[in-house]
Amino acid sequence: MSATSPSILRALSPADSGDEVQQRALLAEIDASCRGTLMLFFGASVVWLLIGTAFALITSWKMHSPNFLADISWLAFGRVRPAHLNAVVLGFASEAAIGVTLWLMCRLGRVPLMHAWMVNIAGVFWNVGLAIGIGGILAGDSTGIEWLEIPGYASPLLFVTYALIAIWGIIAFRFRREKHLYVSQWYLLGALFWFPWLYSAAQILLIMEPVRGVVQAAVNWWFGHNVLGLWFTPIGIAAIYYFIPKVLGVPVYKYSLSVIGFWSLALFYNWNGMHHLVGGPLPAWLITVSIVASVMMTIPVITVGLNHHFTMWGHFHKLKDSPVLRFMVFGGMSYTVTSLHGILLALRSVSEVTHFTHSTIAHAHQGLYAFFVMVMFGAIYYIVPRIVQVEWPSARLIRIHFWATAIGIMLYIVPLTIGGTLQGFAMINPDVPFLDLNKYSVVTMTVPYLKMRSFSGFVILVGHLAFATSFVWIVARWIKAARRPQPAQIASHA
Amino acid sequence: MNYGPIIFLGIFLTIASSWLGLVLAPQIQFGRQQEIKIEETGEVYPPVRPGLAQQGMEIYKANGCIYCHTQQVRTEGYGADIARNWGQRRTVTRDYLHDKPVMLGTMRTGPDLTNIGVRQTSVLWHLQHLYDPQITSKGSIMPPFRFLFEKRKAGDKPSPDALALPKEFAPEAGFEIVPKQEAKVLVQYLLSLKANAPLPEAK
Repeated sequence: MSATSPSILRALSPADSGDEVQQRALLAEIDASCRGTLMLFFGASVVWLLIGTAFALITSWKMHSPNFLADISWLAFGRVRPAHLNAVVLGFASEAAIGVTLWLMCRLGRVPLMHAWMVNIAGVFWNVGLAIGIGGILAGDSTGIEWLEIPGYASPLLFVTYALIAIWGIIAFRFRREKHLYVSQWYLLGALFWFPWLYSAAQILLIMEPVRGVVQAAVNWWFGHNVLGLWFTPIGIAAIYYFIPKVLGVPVYKYSLSVIGFWSLALFYNWNGMHHLVGGPLPAWLITVSIVASVMMTIPVITVGLNHHFTMWGHFHKLKDSPVLRFMVFGGMSYTVTSLHGILLALRSVSEVTHFTHSTIAHAHQGLYAFFVMVMFGAIYYIVPRIVQVEWPSARLIRIHFWATAIGIMLYIVPLTIGGTLQGFAMINPDVPFLDLNKYSVVTMTVPYLKMRSFSGFVILVGHLAFATSFVWIVARWIKAARRPQPAQIASHA
Repeated sequence: MNYGPIIFLGIFLTIASSWLGLVLAPQIQFGRQQEIKIEETGEVYPPVRPGLAQQGMEIYKANGCIYCHTQQVRTEGYGADIARNWGQRRTVTRDYLHDKPVMLGTMRTGPDLTNIGVRQTSVLWHLQHLYDPQITSKGSIMPPFRFLFEKRKAGDKPSPDALALPKEFAPEAGFEIVPKQEAKVLVQYLLSLKANAPLPEAK
């Protein structure tokens, strides 16, 4: 940026913006360059969120009322469930993640979004590929591989997207104007590089030229866990590292903790996957390695948790005023809790009980939703008004969104974790029958918890509808404003 | 950490490490494992699945049975898999040589199916259970798979394929329920699920 190098803490803080006027003009230019592309990704992600939520409710309802929509093959439980997973993971969460990543790369590199055509094509391919893929799953063409259900005729489209975005990331990084790297950029570069590798390796070894026997299971969970570990987690952490200091206007607490947190995550997280196979038919060494790596995750989790917590220290009262901060802090705290919980679940003695139960499902939602999705909501609330130059129309809708999703996801996670754990204790006790209507049995004892989960789903739905309404509303205002020619405002670029 | 190439190198090396350790190493260790001749019976294990059962696997896969049923038996003393009669022994890598994809599963909303072909040998039981799980397993939360069956107008004599159903599940008079090909092959697949051959490595 400038010849006189700013102090390291200043350079590391997104709150610092150097020469005010020049900076604001540059940020306005960057935000304007992101507008079309980001609204494509965010808009599509909102649509997928609603579709995914509908699939979720159908799936959840079927779990305690098996006759619900039972005669439509397209809506069989085993088809809607993977349709839900792919719609929310690849449709909503990944598209929101890509949007946030593009914007952060531009803002932190101080460059406008270059070669927008590339990412726009990626966005179109992504949505077409996903629509075909999810249609395929509902039609009965699932690959039968968890986290990779999208049929082989649609997945190449998704791969092209990943590759285009990764290439774009490298270009944006290479031609950045700000040479100092902020901690968020390390994580984003990691995610952009790791994911195409994971996805292509898994596609080749599981779908195109499947490896033999349970080597497939090893590849499957190496991939499956790393979707969370090397794609969502780094982008989520990058966003928290950016937005909390940004909203507060303070630097990150400790640079050294950021470095330790990043490298320990890079080193250990990608070795975690085999803990999904504890007790399974694979060599013990393979599973043990993953359990050890899971335990090592305490290092990045605690360092990042402390770093975020102490950045917030003394500023917690600001949660009242900033919805962005509220989503970020909820997400950040969930990250710490879900990760420490995950480490426990990886231990053999705990896994004996909780593996194969609903507690795993609760854990997955805690990581993906309570952490990652909440962070993405916060980021979208921050970014969208800046790129379209229109404020969010209703503060009340945002409040409803926050409280419905925050309370809803807690109502999901807490009872289902308890229910799942009890289910596990019942399952490992051979004196408890597996199914008996007149006795305490493994199947019947779960039903109240499954009903509770459906209830929580409706609470979350309220939040999602509030979010979608806000989004449609701001888009409508943006289009209206764009039709009325007027001098551009850059006042909101604080 | 302002030096891009170092970060890229680190990012590359970390993922390469787990790719080597969790993907390549297992492939080298047991990716080329072969069938074995069982001493006691003289049979080659695991057998290749017959064609119909193989087609049934496609139905199992398409309808996401994996989301509620595992196909793995944990060792004696770790969980109650063996005490629940889900297998006489734990499962090992060799049991899955011919599975594409391997459907170990991660969830036991329903029981493990590794040895369902040993536990339930009756075609009628399986067909009734698929048509409506309440017939054979009252209180089950498994969905009925009636879409794998066809409701037909019955002729003068019931067709040989017609499914025998208890009164409260039977269709109205003059109609009969006939399993489609999908249901028949799915049952063949379920009957083929057996991991009970005594393997030296599983003792």
